[in-house]
Amino acid sequence: MRFKTVTSPHVLQDAGVGQVMRRVLYAMLPGIAALTWFFGWGILVNLVLATTVALLAETAMLAARGKPILLHLGDSSAVVTAWLLAVALPPLAPWWLTVVGVLSAIVLAKHLYGGLGYNPFNPAMVGYVVLLISFPREMSTWLVPHGLDQSQAMTFWETLQVMFNSEWPARFAADALTGATPLDVLRTKLGLGLTVTEIRNSPVFGIVSGHGWEWATSGFLVGGLWLIYTRAADWRIPAGMLGGLAVIATVFYVVDPVRYAPPWFHLWSGAAIFGAFFIATDPVTASATPRGRLIYGAGIGILVYIIRGFGGYPDGVAFSVLLMNIAAPTIDLYTQPRVFGARRG
Amino acid sequence: MNALKRLFPFHGGLKTVRHKAESNQSPIQPGALPRQLTVPLRQHIGAIAKPLVQPGDRVLKGQMIGQADGYISAAIHAPTSGIVAAVESRHVPHPSGLPDLCVVIDSDGEERWIDREPVDYRHRHPSELRNILRNAGIVGLGGAGFPSAVKLNLSGSDDLETLILNGAECEPWITCDDRLMRERAAGIVAGLRVMAHLLKPRDVLIGIEEDKPEAIAAMSEACAGTDYQVRPIPTRYPSGSVKQLVKLLTGKETPVEGLPVDVGVQCFNVATAYAVHRVVDHGEPLISRVVTVTGQVKQPGNIEALLGTAFADLVEQCGGYREGVERLIMGGPMMGFALHSDEVPVTKAANCILAASAAELTPEQPVMPCIRCSACVEVCPADLLPQQLYWHARAREFDKAQDHHLFSCIECGCCSYVCPSHIPLVQYYRYAKNEIWAQEKEKQKAELARQRHQARVERLEREKQEREAKLRQKAPAKAPLSPSPSPTRGEGSTVVVSDRDG
Repeated sequence: MRFKTVTSPHVLQDAGVGQVMRRVLYAMLPGIAALTWFFGWGILVNLVLATTVALLAETAMLAARGKPILLHLGDSSAVVTAWLLAVALPPLAPWWLTVVGVLSAIVLAKHLYGGLGYNPFNPAMVGYVVLLISFPREMSTWLVPHGLDQSQAMTFWETLQVMFNSEWPARFAADALTGATPLDVLRTKLGLGLTVTEIRNSPVFGIVSGHGWEWATSGFLVGGLWLIYTRAADWRIPAGMLGGLAVIATVFYVVDPVRYAPPWFHLWSGAAIFGAFFIATDPVTASATPRGRLIYGAGIGILVYIIRGFGGYPDGVAFSVLLMNIAAPTIDLYTQPRVFGARRG
Repeated sequence: MNALKRLFPFHGGLKTVRHKAESNQSPIQPGALPRQLTVPLRQHIGAIAKPLVQPGDRVLKGQMIGQADGYISAAIHAPTSGIVAAVESRHVPHPSGLPDLCVVIDSDGEERWIDREPVDYRHRHPSELRNILRNAGIVGLGGAGFPSAVKLNLSGSDDLETLILNGAECEPWITCDDRLMRERAAGIVAGLRVMAHLLKPRDVLIGIEEDKPEAIAAMSEACAGTDYQVRPIPTRYPSGSVKQLVKLLTGKETPVEGLPVDVGVQCFNVATAYAVHRVVDHGEPLISRVVTVTGQVKQPGNIEALLGTAFADLVEQCGGYREGVERLIMGGPMMGFALHSDEVPVTKAANCILAASAAELTPEQPVMPCIRCSACVEVCPADLLPQQLYWHARAREFDKAQDHHLFSCIECGCCSYVCPSHIPLVQYYRYAKNEIWAQEKEKQKAELARQRHQARVERLEREKQEREAKLRQKAPAKAPLSPSPSPTRGEGSTVVVSDRDG
């Protein structure tokens, strides 16, 4: 009798790239639910629009590059990119903003660099940064979280009107609904010479950080911890990033608590938690060695603080991630683990 | 004593599928005597044995038919009595698929033994005892087939710290060591005693994975009254890999490119110890071994098969194949290799025949790009960066692959097992290693050629100077004419021709 010959191992684990990617999507659901509750339908519209554009762009690029289309659409990586970007966009972003962002992410940052596994920069963050630099006004128009008071929220239809027709509903004054993000407020008012405590008494802040925001952050924390538990993400990256951010924030806070916000505010504000568990953990663009991942994460955390405190933007997760993406190969080179049986030291 | 009982886990490893119950429920059966046996003369690491018989010769069971050739080699014996039908190249179970020299014996069905004499090992000189084992064809039966006599010689250095008997059997499906330990623990310990006599270790440890409670009990009972210690170890592949087992039991890491003996540890498989026992206490050379026949065969189990029995015969004895067998694997599913055909003989290294259908194998899945998730890093027992090795092997950057310690890879397959992109990582490492070996050979060849060329140039120069010196000596005496250059040139070109012939 004759048999097929294939090299060992002859058994493999079932889990594929698609399953890993879809786990990231599931893990985002609690955070998305909280965002939707506080910021309205716009979040979901962004998600649907971004997913659609991402799948179309992915299909077109795969076809252009002569790659098997269904196989790669099945890996769900384009959807992950779309969701990561959509969640970071303002809830009433005009439709073209989302389209431009997703196209930059999928076409420019992903496929022009060789597609899944080959892109040196986090695609979602490239998309985000393209928008932030090109359309700063649109990118900073955030909704005020309306909390449980649904009478103050836009209906689904009104949301679509704003996003696709730029038609503001007559029953709302524009500035009653939109406002600066908590990190923006902190930044602006610090510039005016107010103390952190005075600023945090303003209604935009809740218990720990921004009102409404803190719930979304909690949702992403729950999902993120689940990602770690299922080993879809390496604990070292969020640990490094939040650790780095906490350490540098503590140092400044201890030195001058009047001018610098406390570390827990920084950890719970902006995209710190979301970035730590969902953005920085993108394995393709992160460091790949165990020690390297701690360093990579810590680098992002420290850069986030520096950009928030001393840079030109209220939050710095996107820039920090991209900057550390550049450093990842070098980090890998110098953090190779000690091989079994090699001399110590 | 308690401090010694501590285990020192190695990094990485896996909980794999087990599939032990299929074959470990029934006792070891004696193999049926086949009409013809094909006995390869290379069943070990090292030089092929020199054939001692010719077609037509009558041989007895246990008669040496191949002589160890050099220090790292082992003898081969006739597994039964009969007549030598041929000494020729036949298909053997080897990953290369290449045929090798075999002695083919038509059995006469009489099983007539040579004179068997037990050895009083306590009163033999160690080197004499090692020679007896060498001539009895004892090699490592865990799969590697390294001549045991070599490992039993510490070449005059200090006594050994620890002697380890490997009963881990961490590969899925394989149960031959499990059954052997359950049924013949006393024999294993008897063989172990001989090994300990030669190596004089301070401690003797027997490592057995926890999923074999019966084997642990049997071995513990057989060790009662000795200071040999049975150590249950966690069921975690690849705990049976030598370097990992040594680390686990002693905390010592075998140096890169080194051997366990470099850190004062020597390790043998339980079946090897049993084979030593057969030699010393029964005078029987190594002519059979226990083979697990499992997977899609009708009655899976363990057979004590004569070396040289065709795999097909063993499958036949186990009731034949069931439906849908796609792959025939020698060894386990993690490190074993797939055979082209079942018409190959059982060798000393053949611990398992796994007839695998689609149900046992993972369906072939399309290979996706590496997403650098580092799942492979988490499981690598050698602490390598498999994804970086893959990257460099694929790009044919072999120097960088070596910088990432390619040769520390033990090819255990853990990385391929967990890869979500289903990349055949181990295959890339084998490819890179082979390419590097080929390049080294080329380099050596080139170096040799360079040296020979250099030597030749120097010799010609020397000869020329000698001749000129002679001529100068003679010149004043002879005619003042300068000598004709043609003979010199003529001689030179002759040398070139003869050099090329050489």
